[in-house]
Amino acid sequence: MTDAATEPDKVTGPTPDNALRAADKEDSGPVLAADGTPLKRSLNRALRAQKIRALMLIAPLLIFVLVSFIAPIGDMLFRSVENQIVRDTLPRTVAALADYDAASGELPRDEVFEAAYYDVFFAAERKEHTRLGSRLNYEKTGASSLFRKSGRGIDDIGEVYLDQFEDLDENWDEARPWAELMGDPDWIAAQDAWNGNGSMPEFELRSDISDILPRTAETYEIFARFMQTEEGDSPLEEEPWSVVHTALYQDLAEGDVSGYTGPRADMLQAADALVASADFQTIAFRDGFEEIDEDWVAPEIWQTIKTYSPAYTSGYFLNSIDMQKTAEGPALRDEDERIYGLLFQRTMFMSLVITLSCILLGYPISYLLSNLPASKANLLMILVLLPFWTSLLVRTSAWKVMLQQQGVINDTLVWLGLVADDARLTMINNQFGTIVAMTHILLPFMILPMYSVMSTIPPSYVRAAKSLGATNWTTFWRVYFPQSVPGIGAGSILVFILSIGYYITPEIVGGTSGIFISNRIAYHISSSLNWGLAAALGSILLVVVLVLYWAYDKIVGIDNVKLGG
Amino acid sequence: MSEAILTPIEKKPIGFTAGVLAAAGGFAGLFLGTAQGSGLLGIVIGAALMAALAFVAMQVLGEALEKPVRWVMIAVAAVAGFLFNGIPGLIMGGLFGWFFGWFIYWVGMGRYRAHLVPYLTPGQVLWHYTFRVICGAIFVFLITPIIVVMPLSFNAEDFFTFTPEMLAFDPAGYSLKHYRDFLTNPEWTNAVKNSLLVAPVATLISVSLGTLAAIGLSQSHVPGKRAIMAILISPMIVPLIISATGMYFFYSKIGLVGTYWGIVLAHAVLGIPFVIITVTATLVGFDRSLTRAAANMGANPVTTFFKVQMPLILPGVISGGLFAFITSFDEVVVVLFIGSAELQTLPWQMFTGLREQISPTILAAATILVAISICLLTSVEILRRRSERLRGMSPS
Repeated sequence: MTDAATEPDKVTGPTPDNALRAADKEDSGPVLAADGTPLKRSLNRALRAQKIRALMLIAPLLIFVLVSFIAPIGDMLFRSVENQIVRDTLPRTVAALADYDAASGELPRDEVFEAAYYDVFFAAERKEHTRLGSRLNYEKTGASSLFRKSGRGIDDIGEVYLDQFEDLDENWDEARPWAELMGDPDWIAAQDAWNGNGSMPEFELRSDISDILPRTAETYEIFARFMQTEEGDSPLEEEPWSVVHTALYQDLAEGDVSGYTGPRADMLQAADALVASADFQTIAFRDGFEEIDEDWVAPEIWQTIKTYSPAYTSGYFLNSIDMQKTAEGPALRDEDERIYGLLFQRTMFMSLVITLSCILLGYPISYLLSNLPASKANLLMILVLLPFWTSLLVRTSAWKVMLQQQGVINDTLVWLGLVADDARLTMINNQFGTIVAMTHILLPFMILPMYSVMSTIPPSYVRAAKSLGATNWTTFWRVYFPQSVPGIGAGSILVFILSIGYYITPEIVGGTSGIFISNRIAYHISSSLNWGLAAALGSILLVVVLVLYWAYDKIVGIDNVKLGG
Repeated sequence: MSEAILTPIEKKPIGFTAGVLAAAGGFAGLFLGTAQGSGLLGIVIGAALMAALAFVAMQVLGEALEKPVRWVMIAVAAVAGFLFNGIPGLIMGGLFGWFFGWFIYWVGMGRYRAHLVPYLTPGQVLWHYTFRVICGAIFVFLITPIIVVMPLSFNAEDFFTFTPEMLAFDPAGYSLKHYRDFLTNPEWTNAVKNSLLVAPVATLISVSLGTLAAIGLSQSHVPGKRAIMAILISPMIVPLIISATGMYFFYSKIGLVGTYWGIVLAHAVLGIPFVIITVTATLVGFDRSLTRAAANMGANPVTTFFKVQMPLILPGVISGGLFAFITSFDEVVVVLFIGSAELQTLPWQMFTGLREQISPTILAAATILVAISICLLTSVEILRRRSERLRGMSPS
């Protein structure tokens, strides 16, 4: 073993020993790894590689969860404040209402009615007015029918002008002359040449027509584009909407077309003369709206539109805490309209009762299980785990069978003579039913964490306390119980989190008085279709749950969750 | 406490035995009495009868005749019950006879002391058994609803309740017609088919992704481990109604609502926390030097995973998979929101059935599901023990 070549120091070149010795000799120099790089860097590189490998293993799942779970939750949070429908459907009205003081209690200016006429007309053609109506109906009852009615009646305003122009010249209600007046000649040629295959050549306005007839050009362009994209019809063959005639009247009344020399100039000059004549009938937009429905000349609907015109609103959240947006700012709803505060309170209260009953029932069981010999405890554990593994719907249906008026419990009580046959107990479709069924369903979630904590409590502590002269009660209360508190905490938070968001069981055994906030969310999603409100209620519930989740993580640690003992 | 006899037992004074039995008899008599119209009479008769029986058994006949006495008691009580109330009475009577026969000797011979430590005071002994009775009652609360469903599923009528024929054990009161309906009605068979189409695929996704991630998470240096863990476990914590709402909004945007893959994705994500939890728990006891040894001998990481690590953590992976499977198989809220009429799963069918209370076919389905969950529970328990044995932990 004294062979010089085998001694580390005699071998020149990188061996681990050599590197370490070299580092020992020269205190100032960095410790080197086997390949000569400083050990620190080498270790860092290894650590980084390890981190990257771990992250690569996690990444697929993390991305999967983010896309299919976190993104939907984010979408729901976004929906709870999103309110673009008013702005998108009534853009002109919203702009015209910008300086309208909703609190004044007056009607808005005439320009607003004009803007609303164009907006409602286009919305009605696009069939969007009913959606807007139902959206505003959540805030102001009657808005839905008002908009539906307006969608049918809005044509009447334009008809006034359409009829007069048509009486003057049939061509005003024909497709081709309008297209020639408004459209670019190249586009008309291309549209004529179009044989029905492929996409239509996109409508283009004639270059100078916007200067002479600005409103008409704008509305006609909207009409032509709509015909092309939504209906798939050629604007050359479709008579324009009556809104175009209204716009034409406004343009002719205000502007001067005498200098116009393009196509159909004579037709336009004649119309201008007609508009200028004394017997040309006009209708103010406000009167037109009044004819459709009286509600349009009451300030409330305008206040509502104004209040809900921003793209984002706190309205859904205010609704879900029983408040509403008014012209004067947020205010509590009337006493008889407050339901969500009550529902949140009830959800909290019932979840607390359920958690407490789970503690009361779960504690003795966990104590028994953790103090029995392993073979017996495993056998009894099956009785706890079987309900845990049994379908939620099976257990809920079982409780329906047990609790109903003709159910097993009532039958037994009647048979025993404890309850008269005609005075059977009402145990279902109320809070009692929900609490009993949910206590049963969530009890395993209380027992399992309690059991895993209690089985770590050394029995010698209890014996020591007793041998020092403590009574049974003192031993339990001062020695055993404090050590079992973490189990109670873990189980309680878990049960509370789970119960606060329960839906199925309250829906089936809860009736009307035993339902939770979840049932209301489901109602808004599937029946009332007020998705924004559902999202806002869900967001509030989510915040409560996340706070509890955070607490659970702090107290117990998420990686300590145990399943099945 | 072991089964060994800790305290020598001795015969108790007859006054004590007769007193306890009188109390127990009075308690039983109260129920029988109220059922027949007079509670007070029931108490008196029950107490007197039991005290007399205790006296006869203890003083007159003695311990030597225990077996015959107990059999006679069972027989007499069963016959009395039969004369009184037919076949249900026979069974009830037999049970009463068996219980009181055992109880008389258990109390009278002091056998209840045998397995308790000698220094307990009578009060502590009483509390010990009271505690046992309380626990028994809670176990009854846990298990009764599941048991009750089973006989009701054989109901010959379309009721959710026990009919008089069923209580009389009349064969005419029982039938398999709900099972026939369950197995032949296309509504139910389609629901079962859909559930069986969705659950395995969802399970496969959550198990494969979840196992990989759990292995990644169990390494020693993972940046942001806590946050990642919180995100991965969140599908279990966030209330289902919120998940369902969010998924309904988001999946409808990307055209997944009402499609098979929409439901599969949703169920896969809901099953992931269970896979993560079980597999991480298995990996806690995993000996890392085994993979190092494998790598040392020249195995590449893939080979190491499949040949060394996977066999050892397989029990955990499978039980995680079973959890994921039952989550998907049992899930109803999300399906209600993002499913469609053609994609009704079994829980959906049960839920609508329960809401509209159509027929006890639900109970037949429930019984079958209970049978399935017993199978799953058994496999998970077996796997858990196997896993602990593989990892060298104690078998219990």
